Amino acid sequence: MQGSVLYNLSFAAVICVVCAIVVSSAAVSLRGRQEVNQTLDMQRNVLVAAGLAMPNESPTPEEIAARFSQIRQVVIELETGEATNIDPASFDPRVAENDPDRSRPAPPNNAGLSRVATHALVYEIRDDSDALNLVILPVHGLGLWGILYGFVALDADVDTIRGLTYYEHKETPGLGGEVDNPRWKSLWNGRKAFGQDGTPAIEVARGRVGAPEDDPHRVDGLAGATMTSRGVTNMMRFWLDEHGFGPYLDSLRRRDG
Amino acid sequence: MAKPRDVLIDPLFNNNPIALQVLGICSALAITTQMDTALVMSAAVVGVTMSSNFCVSALRNQIPTNIRIIVQLTIIASLVIVVDQILKAYLFEISKQLSVFVGLIITNCIIMGRAEAYAMQNPPTMSLVDGLGNGLGYGAILMMTAFVRELFGSGTVFGATVLPLAAEGGWYTPNGLMVLAPGAFFIIGFLIWALRAWKPEQVENE
Repeated sequence: MQGSVLYNLSFAAVICVVCAIVVSSAAVSLRGRQEVNQTLDMQRNVLVAAGLAMPNESPTPEEIAARFSQIRQVVIELETGEATNIDPASFDPRVAENDPDRSRPAPPNNAGLSRVATHALVYEIRDDSDALNLVILPVHGLGLWGILYGFVALDADVDTIRGLTYYEHKETPGLGGEVDNPRWKSLWNGRKAFGQDGTPAIEVARGRVGAPEDDPHRVDGLAGATMTSRGVTNMMRFWLDEHGFGPYLDSLRRRDG
Repeated sequence: MAKPRDVLIDPLFNNNPIALQVLGICSALAITTQMDTALVMSAAVVGVTMSSNFCVSALRNQIPTNIRIIVQLTIIASLVIVVDQILKAYLFEISKQLSVFVGLIITNCIIMGRAEAYAMQNPPTMSLVDGLGNGLGYGAILMMTAFVRELFGSGTVFGATVLPLAAEGGWYTPNGLMVLAPGAFFIIGFLIWALRAWKPEQVENE
């Protein structure tokens, strides 16, 4: 009875089974909704980077779907820059990055990356004659406290930056966390990603920086967040270069330029 | 036997879990930079304290004494996971901001403390009321802290601009301390001070 080993064991077993059923039925019954939320969140961030949604706007799921319908998702192979037949809906970049068969050790980099996926999911906006309007690339790299995940949008010239947004980071609120600040993000619009020699030249600079026309390759740094600013520079340099989206951007220039 | 009214009201001021018992401080520091996250967190904690108190109390005569802590923990952990799943499904934006702190409700001393100290000795309905009272006591401190931190740290209340920021063309330069965790330490310290000035019997004996 109460207090015997058998009673304790069977009580523990019953509690475990009941709790397991409660937890798993909650997880299973809500999974559909959660996945819809995650997809919508990702799409909303792509729209923000593309300038099709305001950062502080919360569009309804229908609005997101409507605006997102003009965006074409393509899974590309990073090394060649060629589009593949992989279904974008089934491609999860973070899962791919940790799958030994679908990733490779990262080349030496300052972005804090140890592995990179062999493929990437990019977003293109094309007009009716199939000419490129905007390309949106996923970027991620180490800041001060952890990896920042975001999107950068490039114009049809594959040089002018149209937008940058971070949807996940662990930076200090008020300092590095200001990568979220719409005002700071708006500073990116109109800057040039590449220098004269065709290598990535964009950087987050210390001190005051002029307008995009005068100072095309520099963005005003985040006050009090040197490490986060440096992280943003490093990830831009990595992802826009030959080991990142370089080959893909080259193919866009050949095809559309 | 205490009256239900006292069981409900006591934890708000006379026996506040944060201010007097100094439990649940870590989450109070982490999620009080904005009022809407603090509100959702408070609601989650109220939900968990109520249901865990109820479940533990309903089983109090069956739970074997020598494994009672782990049984309480299993019940609490399951409830917290369910709450986390519900937030992810219905309040996705806020659940992203709360991130790990919803999961960490499991380790919030208030819940475990109430299960062990109250629900194990009292009937389910009273335990439910006790859970509600303690959850609200925690929530009250959270909301007060979040109000001060959001107002002086970001110039807003529930996301609506009250003090226009200098960076956005207004006049207010936000206090950086408020958005960092140590800011909450000062505010909770001041709250405890104010509460004890009002109710001197809460001051510990030297």
